[in-house]
Amino acid sequence: MKTLDDLKLGQTGVVARLGSSGALRRRIIDMGITPGATVKKLKTAPFGDPIVIIVRGYELSLRVSEAKEIFLEE
Amino acid sequence: MENISKNKTINVVLAGNPNCGKTTLFNQLTGSKQYVGNWPGVTVEKKSGKVRNSLGRDIEVVDLPGIYSLSPYTPEEIVTRNCLLNDDPDVIIDIVDATNLERNLYLTTQLAELARPIVIALNMCDLLEKNGDKIDVASLEKQLSVPIIPISASKNTGVDKLVEKVVELYDKGKYVPVKNIYSYEVDRILREIENALEDIKQHSYHRKRWTAVKLFEGDTVTWNHYNFTDEQKEHINLHIDEIHTSKNVDREMIIADERYKYICSITEKVVTRKRPAGFLSVSDKIDKVVTNRFFALPFFLLVMLMVFAITFGAPGNLLRDGATYLITDVLGGGLSSLLTYFNASAWAQSLVIDGIIAGVGSVISFLPQIMLLFILLSLLEDSGYMSRAAFIMDKLLRYIGLSGRAFVPMLMGFGCTVPAVLATRTLENQKDKRLTILITPFMSCSAKMPVYLLFISYFFADYGPLVIFGIYVLGMVVAVLSALLFKSTILKGKNAPFVMELPPYRMPSPKSLWLHVWDRLKDFLVRAGTVLLGASILIWFLQSFDFSMQMVSPDESMLASIGKFIAPVFAICGFGDWRASVSLVTGIAAKESVASTLAVLYPGASIADAFSPLAAFSFLVFVLLYTPCIAALSAIHKEMGSLKWTAVTVVYQIFVAWFASALVFQFGTLINNLGMM
Repeated sequence: MKTLDDLKLGQTGVVARLGSSGALRRRIIDMGITPGATVKKLKTAPFGDPIVIIVRGYELSLRVSEAKEIFLEE
Repeated sequence: MENISKNKTINVVLAGNPNCGKTTLFNQLTGSKQYVGNWPGVTVEKKSGKVRNSLGRDIEVVDLPGIYSLSPYTPEEIVTRNCLLNDDPDVIIDIVDATNLERNLYLTTQLAELARPIVIALNMCDLLEKNGDKIDVASLEKQLSVPIIPISASKNTGVDKLVEKVVELYDKGKYVPVKNIYSYEVDRILREIENALEDIKQHSYHRKRWTAVKLFEGDTVTWNHYNFTDEQKEHINLHIDEIHTSKNVDREMIIADERYKYICSITEKVVTRKRPAGFLSVSDKIDKVVTNRFFALPFFLLVMLMVFAITFGAPGNLLRDGATYLITDVLGGGLSSLLTYFNASAWAQSLVIDGIIAGVGSVISFLPQIMLLFILLSLLEDSGYMSRAAFIMDKLLRYIGLSGRAFVPMLMGFGCTVPAVLATRTLENQKDKRLTILITPFMSCSAKMPVYLLFISYFFADYGPLVIFGIYVLGMVVAVLSALLFKSTILKGKNAPFVMELPPYRMPSPKSLWLHVWDRLKDFLVRAGTVLLGASILIWFLQSFDFSMQMVSPDESMLASIGKFIAPVFAICGFGDWRASVSLVTGIAAKESVASTLAVLYPGASIADAFSPLAAFSFLVFVLLYTPCIAALSAIHKEMGSLKWTAVTVVYQIFVAWFASALVFQFGTLINNLGMM
């Protein structure tokens, strides 16, 4: 399944479901990444990780490993 | 009854997302001067103050750490949640950042379930309008059924109205439940849980909805709090299990999802976005360069070099020369002639000139330069660059077992170790926190600057900035090596996640900048007046008299006897002179003391003969790395939360300092000798 990490810079996608668990998962949910939310990959850090996305109108940075657990609608 | 309630203290809490202007509002409400910054996590513990108001009411307000949600995971969330649940505030002020409405209202929907009167302070409307957007406040108020007061915390507008509203809500004294935010299906189940709780009748139910939602989510803290019997658990779970058959998602997600859906349904109606597609705000434009994949690192290094060049280059030196002239020549010279004029005794003259002016004065002359460094660091903090630095550095910091978040305390460490150590509270796990505390003191704090500057003026006048730069870099290298050492031995563990908001850049306000600088200035002046003055007088006394209270030459003084006891340990490092040892001991009280003590013990320029350049450098290495001052140690102890870890920190740092300076001196001597052969 396609994940947030698969997006190219500037591309948008719609969240389908979340992997990961516990506190991290809850954190991601609380930051507004819920099914149906639109996410846009904005940029990557100098070493390719972490990345910045736009979700719900603000900029959020997360790691590639965390982005791989955010599954998008096809 | 009316009168009684009007005399009572109204307890208000400020709750809201990180970085939404809570502390700025707190300062406006109370007239206090709390530290403000533009990075998530500035407020790490709750602070309270009295609200100044023209209504003649007694209002106490608590500033809580910024949070995104009332989940029980991060330390900030736990502090806020406990305060809201246990202290039962009379009124909640929910600060909502208008430029970030959806995510801010997510917390609002949770706060509204706490069954306390609540008012929204809609902050930064001015910024929103600048971006070309607009919020229909009246409509938003109606939709949410929560009173809203638009404010600008930084410009102090709307704050009086907010206070009036708080008083009005308190006087009405009743809580108006918010409109239902859940879908019919979820709401039905929540009501069933509420009924089940009613049946159990084990505790007071004034927060029925909150409790029901938390039980539904499977919030372990709430489940454990109530000590339900197995039978009761089954009774509650009966209803929760219903949802599983119809929906194939987990319960935490269902609640969050419905909250966000509810919010979107409102914001769609009340927010008008005028900005065209592809609109770039000033913040976006800055970020195009600052966090650009290729420019980010060079830019970061450039920023650091500039901070360094301004502090230690021409601007800083100019300030120092001015201050030195004022203190030594004008003040010292003036006092000296004054004392001679009044025929003061030799010892009194010696106390003032050789003790106080030489000691405290030598340090105060470095004050302007220290302030300059502080202004520059505060600019970085207030503008929002710190979060970017954390973002850029995350990958690198992972190699040493930390996350990008640890970078903020480390950078702050260049200013002062105390706030830097306190800032580690925002780190999400214990391992990261301890590791960061262990290495932050290696980031050379500004109080050590007087020592470096004193030495370069005597030993390295021609290549001073280079020597200082080398010292700073060495501190960072030792920090990295230490982190690697601890990461692979006593502080093993998984990396903390890195889910962090990048707040928009903001123009640092002169007021906030002044608060930062004043904080530091006050701290410095207090120390100069107490610790440094006391130490200078004590050192002067101990070096001027022997044990039979006769005024003697320093070499026969009490201080010499004490210093000579420790000095042999440092012989291998190249500074076995008792005066050097004494200054290092006084440095534990405050780092500037090292400089003030040396100035007293080596009158005039005699320090130049006491050290070889290599020994001087080795001495600086020791000062850089050894145990921080008492204030920092107490912060370390507080944040480590364990005597054992504090002891580990102290012993480790002293050992590293001794080892590194011995290495520098011995290796340097070896090279010198080889060179001569």
